[in-house]
Amino acid sequence: MKDRISELKERFSKELAAVSDQKSLEELRLAFLSKKGHVSMLMQELAKIPNEHKKEAGQLINAFKQEVSERFDARMEEIKRIEEECLINSTESYDESLPAGKEKGSYHPITLVQRELEDIFESMGFDVEDYSEIVDDYHCFEALNIPPYHPARDMQDTYYLSTPNQLLKSHTSAAQNAIMHKYGKLLKEKGRPIRAVFPGRCFRNEAIDACHENTFFQMEGIMIDKNISVSNLIYFMKTMLSEVFERDVTVRLRPGFFPFVEPGFELDIQCLICGGKGCPSCKNSGWLELCPCGMIHPNVLKYGGINSEEDPYEYTGFAFGLGLTRLAMMKYGVKDIRTFNEGDLNALSQFVSK
Amino acid sequence: MFVSMNWIKDFVDLDGFDMEQLIQRFTLSTAEVEGIEYKGKDVDNVVVGEIISCEDHPDSDHLHVLKVDAGSEVFDVVCGAPNARAGIKTAFAKVDGNVCGMKIKPAKLRGIMSYGMCCSAKELGISDDHSGIMELDGSLANGTDIKEIYPIDDVIFEVDNKSLTNRPDLWGHYGIAREFAALVDRPLKPLPVAENPYTGEDTVDVTIRNEDKCYRYSAVRVENITEHVSSNVMQVRLYYCGSRPINLLADITNYIMLELGQPMHAFNGDKVEKIVVSTPDETIRFTTLDGNEHEITTDTLMIYNDKTPVGIAGIMGGLDSEITDDTNSLVLESANFDAVSIRKSASRMALRTDASARYEKTLDPEMTMLAVKRFLKLLFDADSGCKCVSKITDIYVKKYPKIEVPFNKQFIDRYTGIDISSDRIEKTLQSLGFGVWRNGDDFKATVPTWRATKDVSMQADIVEEITRIYGYDNFEIKTTYEPLLPARKSNRKVNENHTRDLLVKNYGLHEVHSRIWCDPDDLRNLGLAPEDNVRLLGSSEEKGTGILRTSMMQCLLPLVYKNRSFSDTFGIFEIGRVVCGTNEDGTANEKRMCAAVLYSKEKSEKSLYMEGVDIVNTLISELKHREVNYVKTDPGHAWQHPKNTAKILTGDTCLGIINTIHPATLAKIAKNCALVCIEIDMDVLDEVLSCDLEFEEPSRFPAVDYDLSLVVPEGIRYENMQECWKKKDIPELANVKVIDIYDSKDTKSITMRFSFVLSDRTLTGEEVQARIDSIIDKLAQKNVTLRV
Repeated sequence: MKDRISELKERFSKELAAVSDQKSLEELRLAFLSKKGHVSMLMQELAKIPNEHKKEAGQLINAFKQEVSERFDARMEEIKRIEEECLINSTESYDESLPAGKEKGSYHPITLVQRELEDIFESMGFDVEDYSEIVDDYHCFEALNIPPYHPARDMQDTYYLSTPNQLLKSHTSAAQNAIMHKYGKLLKEKGRPIRAVFPGRCFRNEAIDACHENTFFQMEGIMIDKNISVSNLIYFMKTMLSEVFERDVTVRLRPGFFPFVEPGFELDIQCLICGGKGCPSCKNSGWLELCPCGMIHPNVLKYGGINSEEDPYEYTGFAFGLGLTRLAMMKYGVKDIRTFNEGDLNALSQFVSK
Repeated sequence: MFVSMNWIKDFVDLDGFDMEQLIQRFTLSTAEVEGIEYKGKDVDNVVVGEIISCEDHPDSDHLHVLKVDAGSEVFDVVCGAPNARAGIKTAFAKVDGNVCGMKIKPAKLRGIMSYGMCCSAKELGISDDHSGIMELDGSLANGTDIKEIYPIDDVIFEVDNKSLTNRPDLWGHYGIAREFAALVDRPLKPLPVAENPYTGEDTVDVTIRNEDKCYRYSAVRVENITEHVSSNVMQVRLYYCGSRPINLLADITNYIMLELGQPMHAFNGDKVEKIVVSTPDETIRFTTLDGNEHEITTDTLMIYNDKTPVGIAGIMGGLDSEITDDTNSLVLESANFDAVSIRKSASRMALRTDASARYEKTLDPEMTMLAVKRFLKLLFDADSGCKCVSKITDIYVKKYPKIEVPFNKQFIDRYTGIDISSDRIEKTLQSLGFGVWRNGDDFKATVPTWRATKDVSMQADIVEEITRIYGYDNFEIKTTYEPLLPARKSNRKVNENHTRDLLVKNYGLHEVHSRIWCDPDDLRNLGLAPEDNVRLLGSSEEKGTGILRTSMMQCLLPLVYKNRSFSDTFGIFEIGRVVCGTNEDGTANEKRMCAAVLYSKEKSEKSLYMEGVDIVNTLISELKHREVNYVKTDPGHAWQHPKNTAKILTGDTCLGIINTIHPATLAKIAKNCALVCIEIDMDVLDEVLSCDLEFEEPSRFPAVDYDLSLVVPEGIRYENMQECWKKKDIPELANVKVIDIYDSKDTKSITMRFSFVLSDRTLTGEEVQARIDSIIDKLAQKNVTLRV
């Protein structure tokens, strides 16, 4: 029996070394360990062995069975490992640097700047409003305290339409009156201050060149409540502009005349490029004229239904205007204003996202 | 406008102040200063020099060799001026002196040494005259510094005219001096004037016919004028402030305009007898003193000498009655005209003058008389022998009402948000010329006449006066406080942003901006023309310009055309406005649209069209959780394809149009390309109610799938087949999927996968088969058969 076992052991070792795939290994396992395999055969032969040798022979067979089983498992592991290794080695190393994916779309730069500003204003509790591009004379001028003979109403500057009394809005301020009427009730009944910004496309009759466009974007904002003051206006403008430019900006106010504000201001920010020392982009003045603003004119508040004739200062407020087109030019270093409306995809497709 | 600090200092003592800082404060408190120029800073060591001998240069046909007596010493000088001659006194720049930004050095000119330089007025920067060297008064002592004779040193700053639009009082030095006086808190000196010494009864005969256009007319007649040259000071100041010295009388009127802001006109006394201010009865032609002829319409106010026109009121005098260098009598006009009338006339004639620019700002009529008296003072100073031969005629048609504004400190505090003392309020207003009545914290301010024509009328205006002098830089800044209430995002904005994100991020489209009107040339390239619509006034009907777009495509198709070399496949979109004719009330029917165009030279038109359908479906599904259906429609525009133009509907609401392009237009854009247009009305989309998301608990039992391959006859659309497996007929039908579409020349076949599921058990084969059979039966009625 001993001899038989060592003979089988030798055979197993030989054959085990010869197999190199899972399938042949399984065959080998069946040849030794299945019901009709060599080990079972040995067990059957055990019956013929005299009793005094049975125990020893049984132990030998069991030890052999265990050894075969263990060596088989070990070999199985090894073969799996080798096979995986082969798989890995045969796999291609991929080239991430190849152009991947679809062509990317792009946002118009005005959209990007407008969204950024809208987010800032929304975070400060402002409603974002929209308004038509065709407006009537009343909303664009009269309701803004612009008298009938004012130069702003000249045909040379403003696009009047063939429809009666209508024009393409020449400034976003044209929405002020409508917004005051829209939110006036909430202000008076619930004490909810009017805080709104209204971006929009504006039109002025200008010859187009690198610095002038007849179609451009502005964003206007108003805030109205009881006791809104010049001091609040300066605070707000400074806070808002610091947010827009992502740094602490220094602002200064100068008197500026606009019929719909009183007092009216031109707001300058200290030049962000030279820090106020003077450079070509601020024309050596150290300051950049950025946005007109002011306390909303009592007449405008009256026309907007905010204040009565009897108490023209019950509510007060401020208004400001930002040139979105100009901000976009500053932000992206666009030198030619025509880039915005010409629709050249070689330019516009660069504005992939924020 | 240019402002001379020397001139300002005539009226306010600015000793001890840094000029640059003062001008900076002027910017912050009054009006924007665009630039500062330091005159005379490069003129140094220039003295009165007498040419004691003048000989021709031996080696030159134009140079002279001079001996110049500069007081302490005589210099040899080589000079090329044509007027150099012995006996005259001139401006002489000594060696080591400076002129025109260069240092004078001894130099050899054609072999002869020259020590110094004789200067023209232009070289000293006080005139444009470069015809020869200056010829100075013979009585001046040789060696006198030229700056003692001419006020060469000055600080000139330029104020942005636009920032003065609402300040008629700042169009002259005196008004600006008042601002400086308020800023430095020193008194403003009175303007020196002279009374009319004439005691007789004669007047200047003045008639005003159009009292709505002429508010005041003051006039005086002066004779026996023998002096014709204005003083050095006047000439230099005029020159520094952008004017040009002409002759004494013209110079004084210009000087007063720059000083007071009151335009004046001096008529030749021989040519004007009886002044009539009137519009012409019919259109006439008139030659102004610049020699140009103008067409004068019947609404242009004119000045007549009886019946002969002698000037365009407030704009420019006439050539025939012009003051010349030897005029010895004049009729002086100091008038106030209606601002709007002057502005309209000036812009109609394209003749904007310094005078009209001032009248347009609504000048204070009180000034006319003051200006006449100032004129007399300056004239008497220059020519003591002249004689006034009339009383000052003064016809005052329209006097502005006196404006009083009551207010209190509490109001100022509330409006400014800071605490400005009552004493300070009082002092500021007084320094600006306001009359102030005060009782503790209660005030009543009387607006000075020069601010009362339109500028200051109410409390908010008073706030501006106080705060701008107080200085905005000195403001303590404060936040607002208000109740905490929710802010809502507008649906409109959300939808627009979402649409943009989807088109850019999911579909790789490029956002563009275009104009609201059509470009007829762009459209012509595509064989198209603008459609009849609302148009811009003043645009050319003939050329077809200025017509507003009826569809976004009128702008986007030309953009695709322009970008066709950008890429073989691309898409653009814009959210913008169109105008679809007029509403019932005649106003323009403006609509807010989102339009996209897909372009490809690689893809088939059909697959591009299905991409378009996918975009629309996804958009409506994401924004509204709604399904879209399409109904073919007749083309509404020339570029739309007659067969593949469809309305985009959700429920019964039409949201827009999707279409391919008419072959005629397509051929103009590019060879072998495909285009798909989508146009969606965003206002209509905003109004569509969005469906709620409906959640259905998924079954825990597996679904049973059943595939059918169907042959679809021509004319049957997928939506027709969908009617055969309605959810209400087969509730167990959980999902239907198109697995494959196969098109060949004569057959169209489609493979579908139907998934059936029950919530409490798995369906049996028989149950599934029964449902499939019912679907097959219904399909058969539509001639859709199983593929064999």
